[in-house]
Amino acid sequence: MFKYILKRLGIAVVTIWLIATLTFFLMNMVPGGPFLSEKAVSPAALAALEAKYGLDKPLLEQYVTYIGDALHGDFGDSLKQRGRTVTSIIASKFPVSARIGGLAVLAAFCVGVPLGCISAMNRGKLGDSIIIVLATCGIAVPSFVICTVLMYTFGVRLGWLPTLGLNSWKHYIMPVTALAFYPTAYITRLMRSSMLDVLGQDYMRTAKAKGVSQFASLFKHALRNAILPVVTYLGPLLAYTVTGSFIVEKIFTIPGLGGEFIGSITNRDYTVIMGTTIFLATLMILMNVLVDIVYKLVDPRIKLK
Amino acid sequence: MRKRVISMLLAAVMTVSMVSGMAVTAAAEETEGKQLSVQIGPDPETIDPALNSAVDGGNMLLHAFECLLTIDQNGQIAPGQAETWEQSEDGLTWTFHLRDGLKWSDGSDLTANDFVYSWKRVCDPMVAAPYAETVLGMVEGFDEAIGGNLDALQVSAPDDKTLVVKLSAPCTYFESLAAFATLSPVQQATVEANGDAWAIAPETYISNGPFYVTEWVPGSHIIMSKNPYYWNADAIKLGSIKFNLIEDSNAAYTAYQNGEVLMIKDVPTEEIPSLEGSDEFFVDPIIGTYYISYNTQIEPFNDPLVRKALNLAIDREYVANTIMQGTYSPATNFMGPGWVDTDGSSFMDNANGGEPYMSATADIEGALAALEEAGYPNGEGLPVLHYSTNDAGYHKPVAEYLQSAWAEIGVTLEIEIVEWSSFTPMRRNGEYEIARNGWVGDYADPSNMLDLLYSTNGNNDGKFNNPDYDAAMDIARSTIDPEERSAALHQAEDIMMNEYACIPLAYYNDFWMQSPKIEGAWHSAYGYWHFMYADIAD
Repeated sequence: MFKYILKRLGIAVVTIWLIATLTFFLMNMVPGGPFLSEKAVSPAALAALEAKYGLDKPLLEQYVTYIGDALHGDFGDSLKQRGRTVTSIIASKFPVSARIGGLAVLAAFCVGVPLGCISAMNRGKLGDSIIIVLATCGIAVPSFVICTVLMYTFGVRLGWLPTLGLNSWKHYIMPVTALAFYPTAYITRLMRSSMLDVLGQDYMRTAKAKGVSQFASLFKHALRNAILPVVTYLGPLLAYTVTGSFIVEKIFTIPGLGGEFIGSITNRDYTVIMGTTIFLATLMILMNVLVDIVYKLVDPRIKLK
Repeated sequence: MRKRVISMLLAAVMTVSMVSGMAVTAAAEETEGKQLSVQIGPDPETIDPALNSAVDGGNMLLHAFECLLTIDQNGQIAPGQAETWEQSEDGLTWTFHLRDGLKWSDGSDLTANDFVYSWKRVCDPMVAAPYAETVLGMVEGFDEAIGGNLDALQVSAPDDKTLVVKLSAPCTYFESLAAFATLSPVQQATVEANGDAWAIAPETYISNGPFYVTEWVPGSHIIMSKNPYYWNADAIKLGSIKFNLIEDSNAAYTAYQNGEVLMIKDVPTEEIPSLEGSDEFFVDPIIGTYYISYNTQIEPFNDPLVRKALNLAIDREYVANTIMQGTYSPATNFMGPGWVDTDGSSFMDNANGGEPYMSATADIEGALAALEEAGYPNGEGLPVLHYSTNDAGYHKPVAEYLQSAWAEIGVTLEIEIVEWSSFTPMRRNGEYEIARNGWVGDYADPSNMLDLLYSTNGNNDGKFNNPDYDAAMDIARSTIDPEERSAALHQAEDIMMNEYACIPLAYYNDFWMQSPKIEGAWHSAYGYWHFMYADIAD
């Protein structure tokens, strides 16, 4: 397994390099630049700015410099948020997003898996139908609607929850709920279908014939097999969720990383675009490796090569 | 085993959230006195006076710093760090006398040399201040300074309390520039020790204004506390101001309704109809005009008659009051309310003999007549025209309105929506036919906006080129006689309005919600909210 992880990490490095290269050239092909404003900056000031950040050099040279610096862990200064380095932006904003995202994934997992099981076991009955309807809604309703409904209901009408910032545990409830909505629904559906699949297997019938209690057969035999697709989904989900959601952060005024992804692109803040992209890519790949390892633990039949 | 699996999974999930650290945002530092909680925009890109070019940052600088001069509640120049000042007879030498006992927010002394350093820093190519040329371009030695020889800039401090500035050409509005945030003093030792990063941490963000930054959580809030070392600290009633960096207007509105903030700048446009008439909803003009640029170098827009026809066909009253829900005012001139004439009166009131240049409503007959005279009776023979804009605020509804308004005179318009970052360079390079444009003044001298149509100006997106216009602006630039200067500026506006150089559409307003609990705050035509002397009623 150790060899396998090494191999995967090797591939990961190449993947990240490819992503970085593609992003670098694509973003430079898009018209516009970081020093634009409605009011024209004087040519002298523009030239000085470009010289300061090395944007006056040929693109290939910029690329080589960037990759070289990045290899040394230097992701450069933000071109828009003057005085901040890309590393410091990610270091200050990622923890916030990760806390909310991590809690959301945890909630989605803890709620989605049992709901999926209940639904599968009650297939065709009322409970199943209710869960399916709810899950479909959870997938179909966009997060800004959920945010707005939550905010209006609990923030404005009932006045139970604060709507601004992250100062206490109460502040976490709405953003975490909003963020957990979609993955909960998805996990429920995933769990339901894979559970139904497993419940139809011969070994389940054998277990039942042996007189194993329903509870034991479900948890000991069915769940471990049925949970595999959920685990697969959990990796990328976690990577996406902990890097923040633009919409949820914007609506609840949360200083997370999600806004930086969108903001850096609209601002053409090249170094931040690169930094956040590489960060997300790295996280995504690591999560996938982690998922593979968890796979092996859940299902010893799986061989990692 | 089953438990182990579940716990492994949970561990995997939780590690990530743990690794990221559970350091919850530090609770707001306890400050003495009342805290005013407001929302005047999202996270500023920078609050370094030399680097800022945005109104969001400007609002912060206004509270944290004070320039030599300031703008008072009536829009007039007032003493700031300088108590008195004078200019030489030829208008080329300005001398500012600082107040006694000025201090930085860290308690150390502030002298005229701090201004010398700060102004030279604005010229430093390594700082690359976007407004360097605007605020110091007329100072002697600027050209050398911007090239790197900072000491060439003719700004000196004969003693700790005197600042002398030598200009290469007269600048009658230099007082406005001396009150411009870019020229705020910054502390040399701190800036040199920390580089650009001095302006991101409260510990190193030393300022000299009525407040100083005590906390900044990017994307969340900035807290400024009363600066006890400010010369007029006794007049400050608040203990601190919390600027909530809310980006979403609905979130801001919710926070306002909950009482979490007492003033919000970003009001959701869909709420406006229900807010009109409320004593908590305010609309106040700022110096600036929403206008439409013609690419005057290409056919058919090189013909003033075509420009006239398109201009006259627009019902500005409808645009401002219906499409823009009264958050703008119909523009009948290029220069709207708030611009200050050379004698301190309203520039707009003195323009065109006190009469508006155009009617606020549409003049379809006049438009058709102009089209016919241009050789396009009822729009026949005109190609399909193209209007470019980005999609934000009212830009798209305005574009759709133009489409229908111009259809009435037989003009077919196609709308091209372009992403903002691509739109700006496209417009600047003249790669368009008709494009949305707008200008909000940096200072209230009319030259700030009239310069837009000067043939070589970098913001002359319409490439308007009229020798008479340039000549009038040249006079305005070189004379030190206020009356002659005023006449030249008005002549310039006459020329561009008679030539229909562009389409002034609506004057900008700021609109906001403010609790009646806030006392002693005011909004200026620069788009700034002055909370420094505010108080909260119990």
